[in-house]
Amino acid sequence: MSKIKMPKSAPSLDMTPMVDLGFLLVTFFILTAKFRPNEPVIVDVPAATSELLLPEKVMQITVDDKGRVFFDLAGKDIRREMLNRMVQRHPELKLTEDEARKFALLGMCGMPMNNLSQYLSADEKTRAALDAQTPGIPTDSINGELGDWIQSGYEAFMADAEKHGLEPKDIKGDKALRYAIKADGTTDYEKVEQVIDVFRDKNIFQFNMVTTLESGSK
Amino acid sequence: MAEIIEGGGGHEKGGKKRPKKSPVRMDMTPMVDLAFLLLTFFILATSLSKPKTLEIVYPKEVDNTEDQTKLDDDLATTIVIGETDDQIFYYHGKFRKDTTKLEPSDFSKDGLRVMLLERNKRVVEQVNSLKDQQREELKKSNSREDDEKINARFKDLIADASNDSLAPFVIVKTMPTTKWKNVVNAIDELNITNVKKRAIMDMEAREALLFLSPEKVAELKLK
Repeated sequence: MSKIKMPKSAPSLDMTPMVDLGFLLVTFFILTAKFRPNEPVIVDVPAATSELLLPEKVMQITVDDKGRVFFDLAGKDIRREMLNRMVQRHPELKLTEDEARKFALLGMCGMPMNNLSQYLSADEKTRAALDAQTPGIPTDSINGELGDWIQSGYEAFMADAEKHGLEPKDIKGDKALRYAIKADGTTDYEKVEQVIDVFRDKNIFQFNMVTTLESGSK
Repeated sequence: MAEIIEGGGGHEKGGKKRPKKSPVRMDMTPMVDLAFLLLTFFILATSLSKPKTLEIVYPKEVDNTEDQTKLDDDLATTIVIGETDDQIFYYHGKFRKDTTKLEPSDFSKDGLRVMLLERNKRVVEQVNSLKDQQREELKKSNSREDDEKINARFKDLIADASNDSLAPFVIVKTMPTTKWKNVVNAIDELNITNVKKRAIMDMEAREALLFLSPEKVAELKLK
């Protein structure tokens, strides 16, 4: 009787195509990934049918469900310049070089002026706790901090654009600064209106309300 | 596992007899594991849905009373949004103390949208026919420059049609405790139904009294 010869080695499967595909996808995701910055509040924005994308160059005011106001403007250099202008407007704001540098790297911020220094020198954990407690940036006309942030942010944006060789008349359309308001669906309109009123005082009338795309028909 | 096969040539004649080489094997498992770990991470960390936005242009400070007298009664529709989701109403024309009644409505497909489409029928029809024309002309044109010209021209035409002096005017009235999502919903409905003449205003006490108790209205400090 002759024995059937069994192959000695373990059956091998050529995985090369799969690995190739895996790496292709990894490369794709690495290159296209844009990390979501650490946001101090989570906001559930309302749904709408608009398919307009949020513009790139945008100053974003976030209003959470309790009506607390947070301010955000992207760009390290712009943020640094904005903080400089803010310090000029509020001489009581004393920041060390280190804190200013930290501010430039941070994202959204909802600290009133008198807490800002403490917030910036804190470590990440304390900062999260402070974010949870903060009353938000004051919008009332007495303190007017939000208005100053908007003004400083706008000036810093324009200064930055000019530094990049843009004439003031060219800063329009896609290149202009847009204003987005990201409010939670359950926020009282009163709170959003306060923010809009601050903008209107600054002669800004056009806003982008951040929404998500409505899925299907209601 | 994958294997790397070394050397292409066979055993030539006359050469020295070399020991037969077995293909060099490399264990790729750890690398593949890492690759898929990264892949999973990036898939999960990427936010797929980019935020969308709704553009709203607020008017410069206007004197409410003066503005309202200028409006033609027949063209005005007021949407009243209360505190809860079921307090969505509308009425046509000017507010009259005894005769004005609030019609309850909602933001569903058969709610405000039907009413607004009916009100704005003429404009919607015009805009639709303009859009059809635009599509026709785009089909005929060959160059990109022509396309742009056509698009620009129709954009102006559509804007003119929407701002027609006989187009209805919609006022959205809000209370301090109106929820933001309902305001966005209302504006979204106006966009869907092509109502370009619109305003957001504070609700008046007499309007709120139609669906709220006097105590509640006093508490809200409405004018």
